[in-house]
Amino acid sequence: MAKKGTKTKTTAPLAPELAQKLLYQMLLIRRFEEKAAEMYTKTKIRGFLHLYIGEEAVAVGVMQALRPQDNVLGTYREHGHALVRGLEPNVIMAEMYGRQEGYCRGRGGSMHLFDAKRKFFGGNAIVAGHLALAVGLALADKKMQRNQLTCCFFGEGAMAEGAFHEAMNLAALWQVPVLFVCENNLYAMGTALRYTHAQTDLTLKGAAYGITAAAVDGMDLQAVMEAANTAAATVRKTGKPYFLVCNTYRFRAHSMFDAELYRDKAEVEEWKQRDPIPAFSNTLLQQQLLAEADLQALEARVNEEVQQAIDFAESCSWEPVEEMSRFTYSEKKT
Amino acid sequence: MATSLITYRECLKQAIREALQGDERVFLMGEDVGHYGGAFAVSKGLLQEFGPERIMDTPLSEAGFTGAGIGAALGGMRPIVEIMTINFSLLALDQIANNAATLLHMSGGQLNVPLVIRMSAGIGRQLAAQHSHSWEPLFAHLPGLRVLSVGTHEDARYMLAPALLDPDPVIIFEYTSMLNLEQELQPVEGGVDISKAKIRREGKDISIITYGTGVYKALEAAAELAAAGIEAEVVDLRVLRPLDDETILASVTKTSRAIIVEDASRSVSVSSEVSARITENCFYDLDAPVQRLCGAEVPIPYPKHLEDAAVPQPAQIVSAIKKLLQHA
Ligand SMILES: Cc1ncc(C[n+]2csc(CCOP(=O)(O)OP(=O)(O)O)c2C)c(N)n1
Repeated sequence: MAKKGTKTKTTAPLAPELAQKLLYQMLLIRRFEEKAAEMYTKTKIRGFLHLYIGEEAVAVGVMQALRPQDNVLGTYREHGHALVRGLEPNVIMAEMYGRQEGYCRGRGGSMHLFDAKRKFFGGNAIVAGHLALAVGLALADKKMQRNQLTCCFFGEGAMAEGAFHEAMNLAALWQVPVLFVCENNLYAMGTALRYTHAQTDLTLKGAAYGITAAAVDGMDLQAVMEAANTAAATVRKTGKPYFLVCNTYRFRAHSMFDAELYRDKAEVEEWKQRDPIPAFSNTLLQQQLLAEADLQALEARVNEEVQQAIDFAESCSWEPVEEMSRFTYSEKKT
Repeated sequence: MATSLITYRECLKQAIREALQGDERVFLMGEDVGHYGGAFAVSKGLLQEFGPERIMDTPLSEAGFTGAGIGAALGGMRPIVEIMTINFSLLALDQIANNAATLLHMSGGQLNVPLVIRMSAGIGRQLAAQHSHSWEPLFAHLPGLRVLSVGTHEDARYMLAPALLDPDPVIIFEYTSMLNLEQELQPVEGGVDISKAKIRREGKDISIITYGTGVYKALEAAAELAAAGIEAEVVDLRVLRPLDDETILASVTKTSRAIIVEDASRSVSVSSEVSARITENCFYDLDAPVQRLCGAEVPIPYPKHLEDAAVPQPAQIVSAIKKLLQHA
């Protein structure tokens, strides 16, 4: 049942507007996070900050296969997913600054972005803790006969948790429409895949539960798109879970507290040669879906939006201490 | 003579190194203890020094490796299980509560579990609601466990050895916010006593009873109070289970007043228990009702001003005590 697929194929050219939109999304994640890292060193952002840089093709490639009514769950490395889902950069940055104009009144910060309106269910920082939530969201959809799916992102490290195995089994047993997306970036903090998994062919772990599973080169945007389109269409058609492994790499440290003692600089450099952003923009330039001037305009637009997000966050205010206890319990009794 | 300063982190590391050197049955296992160098650099370099058999990186499988630690202890080893932070300890709580804490009693005294579980705990690094927990009371609730809270450098350096000698499971809470803190350290011959609370500062006017991150906060407050002519005694509980009633009650009998300080939220906490024992045992020695300063009853928010407001600060200890003494 497991399909291997880490090779890049030649793919049909995309419609120009779509191509530019996808490139824009990847660039936005990249520049937004570079700025966030800078603001972290300036102590504007505190706590943990996990960057997605290098993995952009996964969120962008998968999310384009989703519809607004679908549910999305991410980890603590979720700025990219939030941006692609359509959460506003300004409001995300305000949240990361801890300001009350942020998505969660500033209470969550970088690791806990939630937007109920866009069905973005976090921002979950207990590894694998959200997989069962995804099963439950899909179960509710099934019971209420809503034809929509739940997409759940997590790292390969999460697959060692019992919670992963319980969630996979439940999803398969109950036949609920969850698209499980493993972002295999080869390291769980500093522990390499080979030290965390006895079976390193991750697709087999989905297949073992009778779930259709596939793997894809997560550095290749168009490959991810195709795989995600197939996966999402399958889930929608069958109402059953699907397991997609995207093989990728994080270019930056695990968080801002990581000295990266566990991997070679040369390995990181090697993966940077496969940076999904230049790879995709070069393809578009070659296919003449994009001109050099378009690329510059895109960069300028992204930089401006990121600067606006910073300006906005800087202008925002703190939640008053007197409000701290609010929402420990619901204010409306229904 | 110049006294040398040492960080809390270095104290913890020296204790682990000494344990590994002293007993071949001891090994350390947990997430990122090896190649990463420890999530908080406590075990940095130990993999290189002792090798992968004794410094075992585990997958993200808290229930699995904690249970395996219990099994290895039953099998004659002396494991030190490191749970990266208290936030993830709930994934292992079933193993701790249903296996480690029960096996001896349930087996009619046959199977003891000589296991040490260390975890970093505490609030104060702006890590938000899923990474800022002071859940010591959850563990202190469980019969069968010895629960230790490392509030000083002395205990960071010297609690591990006696914990490893204990025939029963010992939970040790270390505090991430204190790792870089430097202090002088006096050698303690023969290690510290892990059955007793300790008076960290003597005083006659009031007992400040606390643990963990509260200890240095209380000492800071006591120093400030001394300047105002109030002599506060600081009682470091150290052992949250079984509680050392003797030391607590002797201190309160002497000072006639008590304030209990902890970061954990107020309801059903360590302070609730200590307060109850004081009232049960020395009610007639008290000059004022027992006071408590605890964490706010909310999931901990991310921004600094709210996080600070959610746990007791030294200034609040000072003002609460001044108020109490005026009213007395
Ligand atoms: C249950 C639990 N254990 C440990 C941690 C600490 N931790 C946070 S992220 C992480 C690594 C997770 O790796 P992976 O799932 O591969 O995702 P990645 O960070 O690589 O995206 C660890 C150990 C946690 N947050 N939750």
